[in-house]
Amino acid sequence: MSATPARTAPLVAVEGIHTYYGKSHILHGVSLEVKTGEVVGLLGRNGVGKSTTLKTIMGLVHPTEGVIQLEGRPITRLPAYRLAKLGIGYVPEDRRIFRLLTVMENLRTGLDRHGVAESRKRELLDKVFQYFPVLAERRNQAGGTLSGGEQQMLAIARAMMLEPKIILLDEPTEGLMPRMVSQIREIVGALHAEGVAILLVEQNVPLTLEASQRVYIMEKGVVRHHAPASDLRHDDAVIHQYLGV
Amino acid sequence: MTIPVDQILIQTLNGIVTGMILALVASGLTLIFGIMDVVNFAHGELFMLGAYVGTTTMVMSGNFWLSLVVATMTIALLGAAIQVTTLRPLLGRDPLTTILATFGISLVLQNYALWQYGPVPRKILEPFTGHFNFFYLEYPWYRLVIALLSAAIITALYLFLKFGTYGVWIRATTQDRIMAAAMGIPVPAVHTIVFAIGSGMAAASGVLFGPLIGVNHAMGLDWVLKAFIVVVVGGMGNLGGSILASIFVSLLEAYASLVVSPAQAVIVSFVALILTLLFRPTGLFVPTPK
Repeated sequence: MSATPARTAPLVAVEGIHTYYGKSHILHGVSLEVKTGEVVGLLGRNGVGKSTTLKTIMGLVHPTEGVIQLEGRPITRLPAYRLAKLGIGYVPEDRRIFRLLTVMENLRTGLDRHGVAESRKRELLDKVFQYFPVLAERRNQAGGTLSGGEQQMLAIARAMMLEPKIILLDEPTEGLMPRMVSQIREIVGALHAEGVAILLVEQNVPLTLEASQRVYIMEKGVVRHHAPASDLRHDDAVIHQYLGV
Repeated sequence: MTIPVDQILIQTLNGIVTGMILALVASGLTLIFGIMDVVNFAHGELFMLGAYVGTTTMVMSGNFWLSLVVATMTIALLGAAIQVTTLRPLLGRDPLTTILATFGISLVLQNYALWQYGPVPRKILEPFTGHFNFFYLEYPWYRLVIALLSAAIITALYLFLKFGTYGVWIRATTQDRIMAAAMGIPVPAVHTIVFAIGSGMAAASGVLFGPLIGVNHAMGLDWVLKAFIVVVVGGMGNLGGSILASIFVSLLEAYASLVVSPAQAVIVSFVALILTLLFRPTGLFVPTPK
């Protein structure tokens, strides 16, 4: 393992990860990296291991081989709650908001951390309610009563409460109406403008190419292609080959 | 055969008093199951050890209320220690594993109590005697106080869960422990604290109920059985349901013991359990799942 000086190390570096679900070998040596403040897209057909990659980075599943580093420090087998505190936010594919908690209580799960001043907490809440006014309206409603799009916004807002350095976004636009999809696009842009890195797993290729600086394409548990997003806008052949679009 | 009204009234009160104590025991049990899927077969022994620590503290200090606090704190710590050493390593494994583990712990604790305290039952003295007038009857003050105190403890628990910061953590972890961890909630510590709270509540019940029955190493067995019945009838993991079920089942037994002997009256609890499992397996007081 090479010693990378912290200043030039990528924010998140994943090297040679192998992950199993029971006996199923899902990831066969995935390597990728996300630099500070970058938006990186992760594309691929269903079942190639994109979600598993995010879950492995988040510590929700542990790899049998390989290394994950955050700002140059190894984090490979740390539990998820430590990683959340170290600055990794996670927005899962099925949103997984706490259905029986109110919108406010959902946000509090990320907000009520040690060492955060009350004034900072209010600032964070104000910011998130500005981005997502509908959440402010529904703040005392149970999470389970929100619509699909609203739950997606809550899931993203909740991750933002952690003030993360990077957010792992798993298929945020799945099942959403076009108007909501463009809202998600705006949020990704706003987070990027604030310097939050994003690793974006998506099936929506045009959105991903537009929002990301670089894109990885996975197939059967490995990264097969890696390019700046601008190259791929014109390179339809690669997209067609790996995604069958 | 007519049953005198005053006996029915007395049994109603007895049923409510017993029901509140049972609710205190069952709440801890259902809280523990709800958050970490652990069926705690050692819960009755925590109740029993709470009663024993209560008797020892009573002997040393003569103060009932001090004994209540000391017993609750001591057994809460014991519960935390048991969870960290024995149950935390088993998280995520087959539920049968934790059932066997807690059953093993219950055997250890029972025999420890037998070895430490001997087979002769002990007594905790009631902190006050005296009766009050309930309609034209007399009913012991102490029993009323137990019911009120249990209600107060359960209400405090409810308020803590609903409004406290750590209450939100506990509720989030109960609903989705994976996502709670992804939000930075220290799930292992939350599990330990909930187990400690449940243990403390069981211990408090043991001390409160101690003056009414003898304190001996096997006293937990009856209670854990009833607590499990109540947790199933009320809906596993459902706090409100287990409280309602506790009172319901205790009233049934209290009334039944007017007609048959108390030892046989227990049968109604089992009948309630079987009927619930047959017709409303998610719990009598739980709305049918959508």
